[in-house]
Order: sequence, then C-alpha cells, then structure tokens
Amino acid sequence: MFDIPLQVLLGQITIGLVNGCFYAILSLGLALIFGLLNVINFAHGALYMLGAFGVYLAMQKIGVNYWWSLILVPIVVGAFGALIERLLLRRLAGLDHLYSLLFTFGLALVLEGIFRDIYGSAGLPYPTPPQLRGLIDLGFMRLPIYRVWIVGVSLFVCIATWFLIERTRLGSYLRAGTENARMVQALGINVPLMVTFVYALGAGLAAFAGVLAAPIYQVQPLMGSNILIVTFAVVVIGGLGSTAGAIATGLALGVIEGLSKVFYPEISSTIVFIVMAFVLLMRPAGLFGREA
Amino acid sequence: MRTSLILLIGLLVVGIFAPFTGLYTQFLMKCLALALFAVAFNFFTGNVGLLSIGHAAFFGMGAYMAGYATKAWGFTPELALVVALIVGLVLGLVIGGMAIRRQGIYFAMITLALAQMVYFFCVQAPFTGAEDGLQRIPRRALFGIIDLSDDLAMYAFVLAVVVAVVWGFQRLMEAPFGQVLLAIRDNEPRAISLGYDVQAFKLSAFAMSAAVAGLAGGVKALTLGFAGLPDAHWTQSGSVILMCLLGGLGTPLGPIVGAILVVTLESRLSSLGVVHIGSLSVDLSSKVPIIIGFIFMLCVMLFRKGIVGEIAAVLASAKGRRLSAK
Repeated sequence: MFDIPLQVLLGQITIGLVNGCFYAILSLGLALIFGLLNVINFAHGALYMLGAFGVYLAMQKIGVNYWWSLILVPIVVGAFGALIERLLLRRLAGLDHLYSLLFTFGLALVLEGIFRDIYGSAGLPYPTPPQLRGLIDLGFMRLPIYRVWIVGVSLFVCIATWFLIERTRLGSYLRAGTENARMVQALGINVPLMVTFVYALGAGLAAFAGVLAAPIYQVQPLMGSNILIVTFAVVVIGGLGSTAGAIATGLALGVIEGLSKVFYPEISSTIVFIVMAFVLLMRPAGLFGREA
Repeated sequence: MRTSLILLIGLLVVGIFAPFTGLYTQFLMKCLALALFAVAFNFFTGNVGLLSIGHAAFFGMGAYMAGYATKAWGFTPELALVVALIVGLVLGLVIGGMAIRRQGIYFAMITLALAQMVYFFCVQAPFTGAEDGLQRIPRRALFGIIDLSDDLAMYAFVLAVVVAVVWGFQRLMEAPFGQVLLAIRDNEPRAISLGYDVQAFKLSAFAMSAAVAGLAGGVKALTLGFAGLPDAHWTQSGSVILMCLLGGLGTPLGPIVGAILVVTLESRLSSLGVVHIGSLSVDLSSKVPIIIGFIFMLCVMLFRKGIVGEIAAVLASAKGRRLSAK
C-alpha cells in the first residue's frame, strides 16, 4: 500500500467525504420522514434528481444562477413534496407501511421516466460556479474548492437540521409526534400540518443535495435511484433512530467507499453493501439502532 | 374440491387451449416465465407479509446460470433448470438469512441492497457477458430425447413446470406449513408463544420463493434464449411487485393474472410505437416506465386488493348477503 501516491489517497478521501455528505443529507431526510409518517420514502432519490435537474433547468431556461438555485430549488421541490403528501400520501396513512412504500416507488418510476423520456439517459454537464472554481494548494495536496464547499455547507445543513430537531420547540413536537402522534394531537398541536412540513423538509433536503451534486456529477435521470439504494444500506447500518448517528454513518461510509477506490477498485460499488452485511451479522439492530 | 385441484385443472385447460387462440407462442412463454416469477414472489411476500425488493437477484442469477450451463457445459434443459433452482435456493438462504434479522421496512431495504450487490457482481463477473449478456442460448433436447427447438414443444414443457409449481405451492399453503406462515403473518407474537420457530419458517419460505424465482429466470433464459443485466436489475423486482399488486397479493391466481396483464401491457405499448392523437404524436414505447409507475400509484390508491382480490371480495360479500337473506 506504500506505492499509492498521497495525492490519490487524499483525493479519494475528499471525494468520499463529498459522497458521505450526500448520504448523510439523504438518510437524515429519510429518517425524519420515517419517524413521523411511518413511510419509507422511495421517491427520495427521485427528489434528489429533481434538485439536480432543477438547478440545471433554472440556468438553461430562465438564467437563474447557482446561488439563487441553491435556495429556490429546495423550496420548489419541498413545495412539490408538500403537495404530494397533502393530496395523495395522506390517504395511505394508517394502512400497512407496504402501501406507502409502493406508492412512493411508483412515484419515483414516474418522475424518473418523465425525465428520461425528455432528456435521455446521458448525463448533462453543469458548470461549477465561478466563485468556487480552482484549487487550494495545501502544500502536500491540491484541494478543489468546490469539494470543500460541499463538505462545509452540507455539514452546516446537517447540524442545522440536528439543532432544529433536538434543540428547538418545533423539534420537540416532532420528536413527541414520532413517539405518539395521537397524544400530541390531543395536546392541541396541529399534527397534520407537522406531517406535511416534515415531508416537505425531507424533500427539500434531498433537492438541496441534488443541487450540490449537479456540478460534480452529471445531471441524469437515474442518478437518484443509484444513490438511494446505497443510502438505504447506510440507513440499515446506522438505524433510523438517531439523527447524529445518521450523519456520522453517512460520512463514515462515504470515506470507506473512497478508500476502497484506492486499494481495491473492483469492490468500490459493493463495499457499502458488504459493510451492511457485516453489521447485520454482528449487530442486527444496526450501530445506533432501535428496532422499528 | 380443494383449491389446489381446481387451480391445477383450470390452469391446464386454459394453458392447453391458449396456443390455439392465435396468440404467439413466444408471447405465451414469456407470460408463463414471468407468471412463475410472480408466483414465487407472492409465495413469500403474499403469505409472510414481508416485502422483498430483491427478487430480481434470484431471477437474474437463475437466468444467467441456466444460460451458462446450457451454453458452456452443454446441459439439457431439465438439468439447466435444476441449476437455476439451486442457485436461487442458495442465494435465497444467504440473502434471506441476513434480511430476516430485521423487521418491516428494514427487511425491504436489506433485500434491495443485497440484490443490488448481486447486480454489481453480475456487471463485473466474467461469465455474464457484461452489457451484452448471454445471447442465443440454445434449447437442446429435454432429457436428451425430446427436441425443444420447436416453440410448441417448449411451451408444453414450460406449462407443465409452471402448473406443477403453482399446484405445489397451493398444496403447501393448504398443509400445516402454510397455515403456520399465515399465522405468523397475522400475529407473529402469538405464533412465537405457541412455540413455533418463526425465523425458521420465514427463512424456509424465503428460500423456496427464491429457488422458484431462480427457476423462473432459468425458464425465461431458455424460452427467449437471452439472459442479461435487466433481469437482475432492481426494476425487475419492482415489476414483479407490480404484477402481484395488480393481480392480487396473497391470492393464488392473482400473480398469474397480474403477470399476464403486465407482459401484455409492455408488449402492446412497445409495439404501438408512435400514436397520433389529433395533432399530438406520442411515442408510447418510451413511456412504458411512466405508465407502469402510474399504474403502481393507481393500484395502491384505488384497489389495494388487486383484481383477483377485489373480485373475490365482491363474491364473498354477495355470498354473505345470500346467506343472511335465508
């Protein structure tokens, strides 16, 4: 392992951190939605894809720049999520979670199908915003500024979400709703509104990750389903019970995946699933898990 | 008369007359292969109540191994199908053994993740032919005697396999084994307190389901002469879920009806191609995933019991009314 240049190793670790950030944001959204709605949101990957297409189309069609998109696209996708929850997903509440899973599965197929029909399966490039181009020379390696930006802003969003859930009044309602929604409703809190808000928040977070991903990965219709399956493995490893656990597991697995690309590239597409299998054998409930 | 016997006779009669109604034998065989896959999936998810999103792994690997055994080792069809069955069984024991450690949604996510791992294995493994897949898989002669290159002979063989499996599964559900599965589905803590080893029952049902899914893959590879990455992709798992949901999950006939509907829909849509509605022209063949997705959402929203399930419910309530009128 000594013949691997430090530059390559560190480069893959930063890529791993970038992917880890996406896993963290996506699994955070999944955990939030599952906690309150009892829905495993299969459309999460499609919402991430919508975020990436959102920033691409905003630039192509109406000339909105990256910075505005970073704020507007998650809001628009979040509103779309709220609409889906209000009009459709709500009707499935109280039924077996199988049905809501299958509903979101269908939704993901429709969304991906529409974009594939219009834009094909090939990737569309999105330019890195001018302010974030270039490299930082650290002496021992050159770090692309955009990767630093992704990691920084993702961690900020993760910590902000953690703060919202664990340290604010609204967060305490959310956590109480996760434990016992009917009791919270009986105490005079508008639970249906909270449910819509949480789905919109999860959708918005997924879209935010999509916007961040657009400049480094190509924008393409199937980008969501690929990352979603890995995120599911991350969720199985970390468990859905803990917010901080979801963030830590996401980042750690991203780095492990990055390292596998350096030492044994053949395994890099399956390493997360292998780790999942090991965790299942050693600790069936997951690293931070409460059994659902 | 037992349901299993009615099914056996009914399917045989319909199956024997089907090729003489002018339907293409190729199309019928594709229906049969996918119906077998749906029956396999339904045996586990319909009766145990845990959703597997990983059945494409068994179907895909079964298709590859049956194809490879025929092409590279010169296996006869029945031996190739045995290979597919065993591959499905072993893979099912491994994946099922891990997945049943967790409940509910985790089970679904684990099966999906492990199946994706199998998919990536298929992308890289030397024997799968990567993007090209295994093409022009020969059919050879059944037991080395009966030539199956004729479509009608192949159809008869496949029909026999499918009817035998459907009958076998239904008999199993009528036996104590099946009743215990239903008890676990309906009230797991009670089944545990009655002394049943719930995990062992779940795992054996999963392994049987996986074995037959592998068999279905083998049947598909032999009938269509092709095995490839789409067979192992997660969209194939989604497709089999849709078949069962549309036909009626947990009903003996539902998966077959659903499979026929989905295969018909896909082949009709892609053969229709571009359709002109007024001044609007729509290319239907590229819209298959969108339409499939919409059917998914409609099914879940409007008729969750599926076609066979809804009909059965209507019949049952009519019977109930008659009885109360007496």
